[in-house]
Amino acid sequence: MLDWLLEPLSYDFMLRALAAGILVGIVCAVIGTYVVLRGMAFFGDALAHTVLPGVALGYMVNNGARDPLFWWALGTAVLASLGIGAISKNARIKEDTSIGIIFAGMFALGIVIISTVDDYAVDLSHFLFGDVLGISNSDLILTAIFGGIVILLVIIFYKEFLTLSFDPVLAATLRMPVSLLNNLLLVLIAVTVAVSMQMVGVALMVAMLVTPAATASLLTRRLWMMMIIAASIGAASSVVGLYLSYYLNIASGAAIVLTATAVFIVVFLFNPRQGIFRK
Amino acid sequence: MYPHTHHQTNQPILDVQNLSMRYDGQFALEDVTFHLHAGERVAVVGPNGAGKSTLFKVVAGVLAPTSGTVTVSGSRPTSHVCIGYVPQRAHVDWNFPVNVADVVMMGRSAVMGAFRWPTKRDWSHVHDALDTVEIRDLAKRQISELSGGQQQRMFIARSLAQQAELMLMDEPLTGLDIPAQEGILNLLDKLQKQNVTVMVATHDLDQAEKYFDRVMLLNHKLLGFGESKEVLKPETLMQAYGNRMRLLDANGNLMTLDDACCGEEEHDHA
Repeated sequence: MLDWLLEPLSYDFMLRALAAGILVGIVCAVIGTYVVLRGMAFFGDALAHTVLPGVALGYMVNNGARDPLFWWALGTAVLASLGIGAISKNARIKEDTSIGIIFAGMFALGIVIISTVDDYAVDLSHFLFGDVLGISNSDLILTAIFGGIVILLVIIFYKEFLTLSFDPVLAATLRMPVSLLNNLLLVLIAVTVAVSMQMVGVALMVAMLVTPAATASLLTRRLWMMMIIAASIGAASSVVGLYLSYYLNIASGAAIVLTATAVFIVVFLFNPRQGIFRK
Repeated sequence: MYPHTHHQTNQPILDVQNLSMRYDGQFALEDVTFHLHAGERVAVVGPNGAGKSTLFKVVAGVLAPTSGTVTVSGSRPTSHVCIGYVPQRAHVDWNFPVNVADVVMMGRSAVMGAFRWPTKRDWSHVHDALDTVEIRDLAKRQISELSGGQQQRMFIARSLAQQAELMLMDEPLTGLDIPAQEGILNLLDKLQKQNVTVMVATHDLDQAEKYFDRVMLLNHKLLGFGESKEVLKPETLMQAYGNRMRLLDANGNLMTLDDACCGEEEHDHA
């Protein structure tokens, strides 16, 4: 058993993947708590897909070099989050419709850009489904720095984000800068998407944002506790998923997401509060 | 973040001048003018969609009026953090992961200031507020587990923790059973003793008459504002409710029967 656990750790790429997986699992789950509570799952999914053309462009411009891609992902995600935020305030088209239009259009643009490169299928699948085993040391450092910033801001503005999410009218009467805080939250989700891109890819990103947080919401009724439980589930899913990927030789991002999904299903069916099969 | 404005005590706590609010060319509020003195208790009555919620949101500084001015203790509402808004219970996400004390603590955010965490002093304010509304024993209760009256008390406690001097309560009695309604109405006495000015939107003309210093009759325009016997007269009520009302003259009591009485109140523009 011990050997079974230790063997993958003898590979540097596995160590980096585990470290990145734990970081990404925690950051996605913590910010995902707000994604779940505010009903922004579709926004998160759309945002992740919208990053594709930016990353594809960066990939072309840098002749296939991987290191600069983080910055392209970050820039695109931040721009897209604020853009979607602004457009969805347009009252003439419903919010989910306008998000749907932008997200599919941008995603198609990304695929078009990548398809101009010869032999694009491999690269495309890395962007879509992640390439956690290809994470470099510099990627890992950037993930730690930007993930750390996200967590820090969530802690610093805890009471503001809490109040704003529960009761925007109260936030306004307390004269909180409501639209600034809303935009800050969008940017934090964008940064999270950028740091998670290499881990799970754009197609499965939304699962890292919502699945651990939704699982936690079934287990606790306090926000901070929900964040802690979600972060634990997110990190554990990454670790378990990576081991499964190593031993079963299956795609790592998908293995991580499936692990998180399995945890959700178990909790959904058996949790003591409202599980279907609770005792 | 979080302004702190000194109150000019020689000014009315609330002064509304020629206030109009338009959505898509329709007047939600039209040329409304009135003022309140500190410690007053006012019932705001009028049919559904009369603009009661809109008036409260403009007074709270949450919505900007199309024209006219709102002045709270001598300055704009947006410079104050002392205006408490008690939301309609139907507009609250009762599954949100917070307990009663968490919600009341939200009211302390402005007093605490940015980058601060609750201190002992904030907790004692929260507990005092819960004592005032008599639900201290429910501090750790999940909000989804509260009765209607307890939910309403929690939001009043939150306004107290906010140190609100002007409280705007949007239909606090709607959907409550009679004992719970009386509990809330008794609480208003306590608030008055603390010199809190209270505006309550309500459907119940009887209660408006019985428990409030003045009654405001609103249907987009201000149709009457004064003592209940001045305002709740058949002529003015007909103006407000039109054919949505029937007057029953049983023992000299007025009653309104508003068909739309218990549906969703007004459009949510915030």
